[in-house]
Amino acid sequence: MKKMRVLSILVKNNAGTLTRVAGLFARRGYNIDTLTVSATKDHRFSKITLTAELDDIMLGQLMSQTAKLQEVVSIEELFDHNSVLREILLVKVAVTHECRSKLIEIATVYKGVVVDLSRESMIIELTGKPQKIDAFISVIDNFDIINFCRTGVTAVQR
Amino acid sequence: MKYTGAEIIIKTLLDEGVDTIFGYPGGTVIDIYNALYDYQDQIRHIRPSHEQGGVHAADGYARSTGKTGVCIATSGPGATNTITGIATAFMDSIPLVCITGNVASHLIGKDAFQEIDIYGVTMSVTKHNFMVSDVAELQNTIRKAFSIANSGRKAPVLIDIQKDVMQSMYNYKSKPSLPLSETPRFEQSGIKKLSEYINNAKKPIIYAGGGVNSANASTELRELMNKADIPAVNTIMTIGVLGPLDQLNLGMVGMHGKNSSNFAIENSDLVIALGTRFSDRVALNTKHFAPDAKIVQVDIDASEMNKNVIVDYAVVGDVKEVLTELLPLIDAKKRQAWLEQIAELQKDDYQAPCCEEQIKPHQLISYVVNELGEDLIVVTDVGQHQMWTAQYCARTKPRTFLTSGGLGTMGFGFGAAIGAKVGNPDKPVVLFTGDGSFTMNMNELKTAVDHNIKTTTIILNNHTLGMVRQWQNLLYNKRFSQTDINHSFDYVKLAEAFGAKGYSCKTVDEFKAAFADSQKQDGPVIIEVLIDQDELVLPMIPAGGTVEDIIME
Ligand SMILES: Cc1ncc(C[n+]2csc(CCOP(=O)(O)OP(=O)(O)O)c2C)c(N)n1
Repeated sequence: MKKMRVLSILVKNNAGTLTRVAGLFARRGYNIDTLTVSATKDHRFSKITLTAELDDIMLGQLMSQTAKLQEVVSIEELFDHNSVLREILLVKVAVTHECRSKLIEIATVYKGVVVDLSRESMIIELTGKPQKIDAFISVIDNFDIINFCRTGVTAVQR
Repeated sequence: MKYTGAEIIIKTLLDEGVDTIFGYPGGTVIDIYNALYDYQDQIRHIRPSHEQGGVHAADGYARSTGKTGVCIATSGPGATNTITGIATAFMDSIPLVCITGNVASHLIGKDAFQEIDIYGVTMSVTKHNFMVSDVAELQNTIRKAFSIANSGRKAPVLIDIQKDVMQSMYNYKSKPSLPLSETPRFEQSGIKKLSEYINNAKKPIIYAGGGVNSANASTELRELMNKADIPAVNTIMTIGVLGPLDQLNLGMVGMHGKNSSNFAIENSDLVIALGTRFSDRVALNTKHFAPDAKIVQVDIDASEMNKNVIVDYAVVGDVKEVLTELLPLIDAKKRQAWLEQIAELQKDDYQAPCCEEQIKPHQLISYVVNELGEDLIVVTDVGQHQMWTAQYCARTKPRTFLTSGGLGTMGFGFGAAIGAKVGNPDKPVVLFTGDGSFTMNMNELKTAVDHNIKTTTIILNNHTLGMVRQWQNLLYNKRFSQTDINHSFDYVKLAEAFGAKGYSCKTVDEFKAAFADSQKQDGPVIIEVLIDQDELVLPMIPAGGTVEDIIME
């Protein structure tokens, strides 16, 4: 059965490493939902965090194929119960005088912050687990969303 | 002591035990050639007609000797010409180290003359590749390349070196090869479990692939077969690892494999897959592959598990190491009923009709391999002739059958034959090819003549791209679109123009005479044999089919 997986890949910080990883996914037909790259404490390595909808067989394939790359030091699956997963959402919504306070109210419940406000629109920033972001987006779905951007998941094991 | 980068390249190659290079000079590798000038007594350099042929030669050298093939090409077109060769080796897990020159660092990214991002281009056809822009990294990069190419599942590695790196001076001190990375560790409990599957099976079958060859595990494989009376089928990559002398070997499996081999898999209750990847030319229909069997797999590459076929149990490890641990746990037993069932199946195996006058491919191939004995290295191109050769070449030793199995590269043969002969000067080398494949890389005949590399090329001339025509014949209503080669090529004159000896034969007697004469020649020879255009490779299971769909006539 397919489900959302979060994978954490430690890679050597060399030119071309991201191309290798991304190229492998493209070539093998793995559909990646989010991918983030960041520095680590040790400047020789970077951390790639990705999420994808995979069943167990696909997960095994993706992990073992990725592990074969010479630049990959380790790859592991992260789970909700042993890791902190976070994502940032920036959403721009068209607002009228009537609905503005309603939207702020909802955002407050989700601990969202209004980071930009004009007469016609506002931008809300929200940090949280991917599920929380999903939930927020679905709750404000009936507002006039102009566009939004999500950073993709980043994670640290507990 | 300090040396130029170019000298460091040569010295490091010598440290790695390299004595043969297949390469082609050009502006960005001219410094390597300048350095090589001083080492002509230590390194044999073969210059092909085309870089593709050079890489195929390095590949043939590696396949036939078990060593790493080394090739050099210049930047831009030289580098892009290597790609088909590299991809061919990649698909068959052959270790190569390919060195390309690139433009000087100040020109990188400027679309300079003959600048190509070969590093980017070859990423998906190499196990790893390097771009060297600092001479300080040169020696270690080359050492790493050899280690990576030969560790775990073998494969090509490319090193792209910028021209100014070759000209810079740096310290060099001879260093030994880097150790290979360790083979995957497996648990004793896994071996135990594997042995239980095997001991409990009533109708097991071994499906042995190229990994058995790479791991040099033919002895252990035979021990397993003989101890537990387990029949085996071989893929095209294990011809010679298992041969006709192995009583328990049923022969080739797959699209053009034996009827009985395919049926044996179908009827088995346990498939023991060793060093193989369930390719779509064997597991033609993955949903119906061995429908009643449990499947266990041993492979050095974890990503081969559950890739094409879902297996019941797998051990990731070197086939030789796993089998060595496994053997003591295997019960010695006889499996008479199962072997009798297989013997029944074998009665229905396809028998190619024989003919006294007209040349029949299977008779021709059998004749040649009988004449030249078990040390003969057989090379093929791609097409019908390749399958006939696979079916009838009767090799009994590993590394005596060289073919492009994974990529199916027409034009592979001549280069590979040259490489095989260079690596095995004392063994006869015969290339069986088709008129289509031969013309793809026949320019390498010049290389064989220049370096006096004695190879025998037998062209099964059916005046058509036979394998494609066969599909058109059987599956596309005989609509023979663009397959017939109606040229009136004179292969004898062609050979002579290149400075080789050529023969053309229409009958069995003519062939026997030509072949006998050809073996007395000192240099390369070309023998054209005319065969019928409608000759088919049989049996055949169409792509995606099952044994039920087998075509026998
Ligand atoms: C480089 C390349 N191009 C095209 C093909 C597709 N192909 C596979 S077999 C074949 C025909 C080969 O003809 P020939 O070499 O004359 O051998 P025959 O089948 O007649 O024995 C072709 C075109 C291929 N395998 N490789």
